[in-house]
This record gives sequence, structure tokens and C-alpha cells, in this order.
Amino acid sequence: MPERYYKSLRDLPKEEYLASGHRLCAGCAAGTIIRHLLKVAGPNTIVVTATGCLEVATTPYPLTAWRVPWIHVAFENAASVASGVEAAIKALQRKGLIDPSKRINIIAIGGDGGTYDIGFQALSGMLERGHKVMYLLYDNEAYMNTGIQRSGGTPQFAWTTTTPAGRVWKGKHQPKKPISDIVAAHRIPYVATANPAYVLDMVNKFRRALEVEGPSFVHVIQPCPTGWRFDPSKSIEIAKLATETGMWINWELDHGEFRVTVPVPKRKHVKHYIRAQGRFRHLTDEDIEKIQEYINKEVERINKLVGKEVIGPLAE
Amino acid sequence: MSSELPTWKEIPIAGTILEPGNSVKYKTGDWRTFRPVIDQEKCVRCLFCWAYCPDAAVKIVEKPYRTQSGREYQFSVEIDYDYCKGCGICANECPAKAIQMVEEVK
Amino acid sequence: MMPEVRWRRLPLNANYAVAHAVKDSDVDVVAAYPITPQTTVVEKISEFIANGELDAEMIHVESEHSALSACVGASAAGARVFTATAAQGLELMHEILHIASGLRLPIVMTIATRALSAPISIWCDYSDVMNARDASWVTMFVSSAQEAYDSVIQAFKIAEHPDVLLPVMVAYDGFIMSHTYEPVLVAEDPAPIREFIPKRRDRIVLDPEKPVTMGPIAMPEWYYEIKYQQVEAMKNAYRVVKETIDEFAKRFGRRYPVVETYRLEDAEIGILTYGAIYGTLREAIDIMRSKGMKVGAIKLRLWRPFPYEEVLQAIKHLKLLIVADRAISYGARIAGPVALEIMSLLLYESERPEVMSVVIGIGQRTVTEEDFEQIAKLGAKWLEEKRIPRETIYWGVRGVTYA
Repeated sequence: MPERYYKSLRDLPKEEYLASGHRLCAGCAAGTIIRHLLKVAGPNTIVVTATGCLEVATTPYPLTAWRVPWIHVAFENAASVASGVEAAIKALQRKGLIDPSKRINIIAIGGDGGTYDIGFQALSGMLERGHKVMYLLYDNEAYMNTGIQRSGGTPQFAWTTTTPAGRVWKGKHQPKKPISDIVAAHRIPYVATANPAYVLDMVNKFRRALEVEGPSFVHVIQPCPTGWRFDPSKSIEIAKLATETGMWINWELDHGEFRVTVPVPKRKHVKHYIRAQGRFRHLTDEDIEKIQEYINKEVERINKLVGKEVIGPLAE
Repeated sequence: MSSELPTWKEIPIAGTILEPGNSVKYKTGDWRTFRPVIDQEKCVRCLFCWAYCPDAAVKIVEKPYRTQSGREYQFSVEIDYDYCKGCGICANECPAKAIQMVEEVK
Repeated sequence: MMPEVRWRRLPLNANYAVAHAVKDSDVDVVAAYPITPQTTVVEKISEFIANGELDAEMIHVESEHSALSACVGASAAGARVFTATAAQGLELMHEILHIASGLRLPIVMTIATRALSAPISIWCDYSDVMNARDASWVTMFVSSAQEAYDSVIQAFKIAEHPDVLLPVMVAYDGFIMSHTYEPVLVAEDPAPIREFIPKRRDRIVLDPEKPVTMGPIAMPEWYYEIKYQQVEAMKNAYRVVKETIDEFAKRFGRRYPVVETYRLEDAEIGILTYGAIYGTLREAIDIMRSKGMKVGAIKLRLWRPFPYEEVLQAIKHLKLLIVADRAISYGARIAGPVALEIMSLLLYESERPEVMSVVIGIGQRTVTEEDFEQIAKLGAKWLEEKRIPRETIYWGVRGVTYA
């Protein structure tokens, strides 16, 4: 089991470093994720955010929701900017220009577009160079900020405005790019996937990611009511379904040691997840079976990796 | 309108915002069409609503509460209606079904 | 009385001179990517860091886009930062050029100028740096390795000045300067250089003690004012560049005016250029003078902010000003960027010389004293015949002739 820094919700810091009054859509789980990230990180933190929903919704001049130092530069370079921040802090601390005893968390945040696609090179460079930066990917599976266009993180068959469902197309053609596996291939100290429905699992991963020496990466699924087409009250319910169906597996790779942190003894059929969202409305039962097969294979692969059945058989 | 806004000289360099968390000046409570109402009797203080709220609009307040059945709590959970956007996640996730979404009437 | 500075005379090319300046300026963070002909700057700085001669973090980025992005992050966190590039690298950085200045970060960058692809050319012209004209960087063109060394030091002083807080670019000819050796005086001990450019702690940085939000989204009612601040910062930079030149000259004894002239006082024809070719031009002026031609030379050292006062002062008495540009603005009638700039200035002057725009040295096509002499003679002839061309002369292209 992962290190349990926080055993119950009552252990979480009460301070809020992402202030209310931000303009994320009602029910946007990005708010939930970032609130907890900052609770865990605390005030000695510098955040770099890539262009995206989060950036735009939290900093409409002259207002900011951020209570920690924060910078936005561009879409594709959060990892490079964070590399620069980290190097600066190191150099300035070594030269005694700032307090050398203070541990400052450097966090880069990107959405799926800014991570899977346009920011991928910068991310890979940062990981290879070994900067002590935590990278958070909040994955809402499309370019939501520009109005729901397909990204490398969009799952197969999902409708987006650039992969519409029509007589010829059935939403996105290709499956989701396995970004966290690719990041893990960089052999950095810590990689994890998380889900805001499982808050304790998520915050413990944030804490671990900030603690390790060297780069870390936490990939969080972020249901988007606007782009996935569901009622805002269902954000967490759908996030939970993603894990209960095996569509989203919560794992961590800590210094090479792989663990599934949220075992699912009995798996729900993926139709429960798919049918809850408008973006998959065009799919037939047959199409959904294709997704189910894809998940079955992935579950098999994960179980093999762990060496036991952590994700159980289909039960309902 | 624009004449009331600061001039280029008055705006901090590069449009950097010097006041952390000043988004609280913008009350997102206006967005709401349904308001969550917590039944303190039913609430089991599990903090799910507090944890899941994307807007930090669920507050843990130091108000001890004693239910009619005699259960004592050291604190209560309240909604900050200045910021609650009415998404309904709290009501949807509440395991005690202690939160009702009530239509706003103006 | 300040102690006298002791200098070491070293054979250096402009790239190495820049690296020495970076070391002597006690830079905190360097982020750079190799590209011909800039590469040896990064190599030399790496050597200095590897040997403990410079205490800095070197970020070996995976692209120029990331080089400048990392510089932005480091500068925003309060470090003194440096990068260097050329041609395609500068193009790849282009997006971030505007953000670095928009965030008002005092980054210093040197450019070993190089022609742009396609076709690919690793050789010199100024099309790369000219493309960055509107990025709101203070931009200097230098003509010797010594000037490169001195200008990088000045660049930090200008960039970090509280009235400026803009990034500064120092450009010099790729290969022609980046790879040719000259004797350069570098400080025996960097202390006096570091005293000249003390590390300031007076700008807004990313500091957990004082959390700020940098780079927010500006709606239409805010954006214009924030960009106008850069207009004013550039005006301030014009003043601060000149003050810095004076201070540097006073302290270290070497002076590089924003506009330099040579045998221009009684000249009827002036030829203006920038970069290393100014050396060739001066030789050409001597040759022409020996033949009785009343010609003189002008070197443009400061490109942004444009030193309009000094340029007007230098050229107002001329009958003909020939502007020899090393970049092409395709599709423009006057395709030399500096020629175009000067012509726009002269519109407001009642007494003004004729202006002839000439493009030379593209993709490092050799330019000799002979070329300048022929251009000047052609200009003199056309001036007499009252038929100065109304469009740019493309000097030295096979198949294009002028008479």
C-alpha cells in the first residue's frame, strides 16, 4: 500500500490556497483536484500552469484565485518554465541570495492538450534532465478551453467538435495515448494515476510526488460536465465509475515498484460509464463491447504486472 | 466605464497581480439556479461535500451541534452561498442524503 | 576613486568573448541549445561552470523554445539569466520572445546572426534578428569581439534597470565574428564587472513570501494599458542605454555610441550599415577618400529602441544616404528593414538626404571594399542624374544589374 500520510479527510489541511471566486464551470473537477494539490503542497510552493481552462478560469485580470506564487507563460512549455524556476531556486539558494534552508515545491500543471500533445517535448526534456518538479496532468480528455476539440488524451469513440459522430465517423478513431506509461518509461522516481473521487488516494500521491527527489508525475482524470455532456452534479460519480469499470486504474510506480492503489474486486461493465455521458451517446451496444474488450485487455495487462488479480472480473 | 479603470501607470508592471486570492471579490454565487441545503440533523460530518466541492464553498465551521437523538459534533458543515455555483456534487455524493438541492427563487 | 581595472588580453572570437562576459557577469542560470554558429558560446560557458569558474545552473534544454521558456521561468524566480541562439533557434523561440518582454523579464540573449531556411544556410545575414524586431527586446548590433564582451555586460545593466525591465538581445555576425579571433581585453578579476552590475532585488519575482500571479489573462479593457507599459519602457531604455554607455566608458574606458560615424563630417554621401561589415565599410571609405570621393560611414549599434535623434543628427547634412541592409522584407518596395525605418523618420524633416536602399551580404555573400565603392559610385551617378531608385537595390545577385 502507498504511504498513508493522510488517513482520513480530517487529516487534510483546512487552508485553501485556491481561492473561491474562480470561474471554472460549475461541477468542474479541476477545482477539486487543484484545491487538494495546494492543500498538500502548502504555501512554500511555486506553480507554473500551461495555457488551458484552469489558467484562464483562475486568473482573469485583475483577479486571481492563486494564493501561492503562480506563472503562466504559454501552452507547450509549462515543464520548461518549471525547469527554469527550479534551476533558479537552486542557484539562488546556493549563492545565498535566498534562504537556502527553505524547501520550495515547484509544480507544473498542464491539461491533456498541454501534456499529451503540444507540451510533450518540453515534458520529456524536463523528465530526462531530472529537475525536481512535480508535474500534474489534469486530464479532461479534450481541448476544453477552446471548445471540446480532440486531443491525444481523448478516448476512442468519444465525440468532440473535431471528431463528430456522423454517418462515417464514430467520434475519435484512435485510443487514448498511454501518457503515464510513456512518462514512466523515463524512469523518474515517481509516477501515479489518480482520481478525484478517491480523494485520500489522490492526496497521498500528491504528497509522495512532492516528497521524492527528482521529477514526479501525477495523472488525474478530470470529468468535465461541459465537454463530456453530463449534469454537473455527476462529476464525482462519473469519476468513480471510471475506476469501478476499469476504464481508469489508480496506480503508482514508486522508484520502480508498481502498485495498484485502488483495487477493484468486482468490475462494473463499462456501459455504466459510457451511458452516463453525452459524448458517447452515438455508440451502439456493439461499439461499447469494443471498449469493454479494450478494457479487459488492459486489466489483464495490469494484473499481470502486479502479479495478482487487483482488478477483478466483470460482475455487473 | 473605462475612465474608472486604472491608467497604464497605475497598473502593476506586466499586469502582475499582487493580491493573492483576490478572486474572492467575484461572487460566483450568482451562477446558481439550485442551492444546496444541509440538514444538520442528518449530516454525519463525513466531509465528503467539503472534499469534493470544486469551489471551496463548503466550510467547516466551529459550531458544535447536538442532534435530537443526542449525537454530539464539535463542528458543523455549512455552504458558503457567496461562492457556491450550485453544481450539486455535494448533494449527489452525500452518503447520508443530508443535502437537498432547492430551486432558487428571486 | 574606484580601483583601476586590470585587463587580460586574450585571443577570442565573439562567441568566446560573450562566454567570458557571462562568466564575469555572475549569471545564475543559463539555458541554451546548440546551433551553428552560436554553439561555442554554450560550450565555453559549460566549461566555465564545469571548472568552477562560474557558479551557475546550466539547463541543457531539448529545444530553443524550451531554452527561452526556462529562461523566463528562471528570470521570473529572480535569477540573472542568459541564453544564446541563431537563425532557426531564434525562430523557434519567437513565441516566447514576446512573452519574455511582456512579462518584463531582464533576460540577456546573444545572437550569432545567420540566414534563415530554406534553403538551409548556416552562414551569416541578419534575417533572423530582423524578424524579432517587434518582440519588444532592446536590440544591439555589435561589430567586434571586444564590443560583444562589453555589450553583454552593459546588457544586464540595461535589462535590469527598474525603468526598463525588458530583455536585451546582442547580435553579431555569425562566422564572420563568431568564429574569427581578435585580441580582447577581459577583466583579470571579475569583481569590478560585478560591481558595475550589482544583483538587484527590487523587481517582482515568484516568491512564496509574497505570492503574485504572473501572466494572467487580460480582457480587452486591460490588455492595451499593459502593452503600453512596454512602449514607455522602450522610451526609458533609449535613455538608459545611453546612460549605461557613458557609465561604462567612465568606468572601463571603452565607448560604443548608439550611432558611430567615420569621416562623415564633410561627406556628401554616407553609407550606413551594422555588424562586422562596418569594418569593411571603413576600409572602403579610406580607399574612396584617397580617390577624392566625399564619403563617410555610419554604424547603427542600437536597433531597438531606434536611436532616431542620433541617426538624424548624423545624416541630416548628407546629399545621399545609402543604407546597406542584410535582410530582406519580401514584397516591400523598400525591402531593407533599416532603410525603411530611416525613410519613415525623414518624412518629418524638411531638409533631408536622398535615401538609397541596398541589400547586401545575404547568406554570407562576400561583400568587399570594392562592392561599397561601386555602390557609392552608382549612388553618386544616380544622384547627379536625379534618379535615385525608388526601390531596393539587390546588390550582387547574378542576373540582376544596375546602371
